Amino acid sequence: MSETYSKQQLLEFFRGMLLIRKLEERIGYLFLEGAIPGTLHQSLGQEAIAVGVCAALNKDDVITSGHRPHAHAIAKGVELTAFMLELFGKPGGCCEGRGGSMHVGDIRVGMIPSIAIVAANIPVAAGAALSFKLRKQPRVAVAFTGDGGVAEGAFHEGLNLAAVWNLPFVCIIENNRYAASTHYSRNTKLEKLSDLAKAYGIPGLTIDGNDVLQVYQSAKEAIERARGGGGPTILEAMTYRLTGHNRRDPCNYMPEEERDQAYADDPLLRFQKFLLASNYIDESTAKSFGDELEAIVEQAVETAVAADEATPEDAMKHVFA
Amino acid sequence: MTQRRTILQALRDGLAEEMARDPDVFCMGEDISIAGGWGGVFTVTLGLEERFRGQLLDTPISELGYFGLAVGAAIMGMRPIVDVQYGDFLFLAMDQVVNQAAKMRYMSGGKVNVPMVIRAPIGATGRGAQHAQSLERFFFGVPGLKVVCPSTAYDAKGLLKSAIRDNNPVIMFEHKLLYGSKGLGQATGAVDASDDIPDEDYTVPIGKGVIRREGTDVTIIATLLMMHVAMNAAEELEAAGVSVEVIDPRSLNPFDWALVEESVKKTTRAMVLEEGPKFGGWSGEIAATLAEKMAEYLTAPVQRVASPDIPVPFSPTMEQYYRPGRQDVTQAVMSLLQYA
Repeated sequence: MSETYSKQQLLEFFRGMLLIRKLEERIGYLFLEGAIPGTLHQSLGQEAIAVGVCAALNKDDVITSGHRPHAHAIAKGVELTAFMLELFGKPGGCCEGRGGSMHVGDIRVGMIPSIAIVAANIPVAAGAALSFKLRKQPRVAVAFTGDGGVAEGAFHEGLNLAAVWNLPFVCIIENNRYAASTHYSRNTKLEKLSDLAKAYGIPGLTIDGNDVLQVYQSAKEAIERARGGGGPTILEAMTYRLTGHNRRDPCNYMPEEERDQAYADDPLLRFQKFLLASNYIDESTAKSFGDELEAIVEQAVETAVAADEATPEDAMKHVFA
Repeated sequence: MTQRRTILQALRDGLAEEMARDPDVFCMGEDISIAGGWGGVFTVTLGLEERFRGQLLDTPISELGYFGLAVGAAIMGMRPIVDVQYGDFLFLAMDQVVNQAAKMRYMSGGKVNVPMVIRAPIGATGRGAQHAQSLERFFFGVPGLKVVCPSTAYDAKGLLKSAIRDNNPVIMFEHKLLYGSKGLGQATGAVDASDDIPDEDYTVPIGKGVIRREGTDVTIIATLLMMHVAMNAAEELEAAGVSVEVIDPRSLNPFDWALVEESVKKTTRAMVLEEGPKFGGWSGEIAATLAEKMAEYLTAPVQRVASPDIPVPFSPTMEQYYRPGRQDVTQAVMSLLQYA
């Protein structure tokens, strides 16, 4: 580990991941109870990537995400109650109830409302990066996509333009192995998706996406290179989806050994073990963090449940500026 | 003071004036500012290369890509203008136009705007089926997207400025036979759409139509090249004693219903003229709405004159057959009068 971390920084990583985990678990139940409408694509098992990357970003840097955006939203700082209200489709939600789970975001904290067309967020993020370059602002844009995103035309066109114009842009491929139910080996002949970077003449790196410190360090290098005028990078972060593609997916296409391995490789548990072994925390601190974050989540849930439903006619607002 | 300008010159002036006024305005497109190049296929940005070096971005052939970049830059508050060489290429960027640009403000609950302009040359002009379509039908019914269709140089410049200053995505369709392009962009069958354009800054409001010619017997609604066809037909019909009112809505979304309704109350007969297949065109939407709202005033069913339901053919004789002409219009007007 070339980077040295303060205890506070390490605990922030841990609490960041733990908050997302607690949130996703709670949301999952709410959905199964029928309290949250629509569908859910959850981030369980992929928390280290969102937390590690966003920790390496400045407040005024910008991210875009796709249909699985919960972890990115929380890690970039979308306010928890506004996030929860959005999942319920209620007024005060971060998109005033017009977005829902797949479109969460808040431009005020540097997250463009999520774009649920696979890879379509990549050129959009590159466009934010273009604006930074044209306006000579020292800001960076990051696009999160998945292994399923790499076969899309938007992936290629966005990356190619970002590379040709040397934009302050980083593309994170969260390789959770499955594009919905299709294993990534059926979508590409490449063993490493980061090798795609060679096609654009930019750096590409495959990292352990379940190691929050490795994610942070690699992201930081890529982000600071972009900020310094060094152009874009592709980072492939290897991970695994610990839930279904959506909440109704029983995951019968995932081999049992593979799933068992993934549970053993849970990024949150791994990091907790590391913190315990290095005496940064003890069991009781870990538990008290959990209790504290659960209570924070619960408060957001209570607010959202109690909030008024949207006024139907308000659907007419916000079409045009 | 005024200066005589073609549509392409008016657009060039408009782009230059807006880029000079606001450094956040910039253009992205294919071959738009290559030194020794053409200033775009229809030469609209020719001659601006040096003065606006930092505001004219030549892209790879990558419509989905640079349209997406425009959406992202617009979200951050810039005012990109993207163009396609031919409107038909818009399909390559359809997701960014319809799913991203048009919906982003709504999906954000009004917190994000996408102030971008899309310019697209359209119309059947001897280039076969893939450089020829009239694309309005695919875009005029997209909530969150404004659609403008200038038929004159004055309107082209004024609508362009309005579009650039608008906080919503606006798509501008430009007819290839109306540009007035010389040389590379010249097209057979071109129609003069030039105007005396004032030197001072002006805009044409989006969503406001104009009466091109007053009349009392029949209202014809037409945009772009078809507006000129309607004017020719109206002249011919006048000689036959028929008084035609020609309305150029100039915008398809939002649509100037008030202007059209006022006219139809007076004439009691309406015809919508559209280049492009009749089935599924914008003329059907206008006709249906008039039938719904204006039944008590109408003395004849609303007529549509449009192209047959086929791709645009290459052969000049077939293309002539495809594009509605003056005779199609006069015949339709005469049939409307049969009901009286």
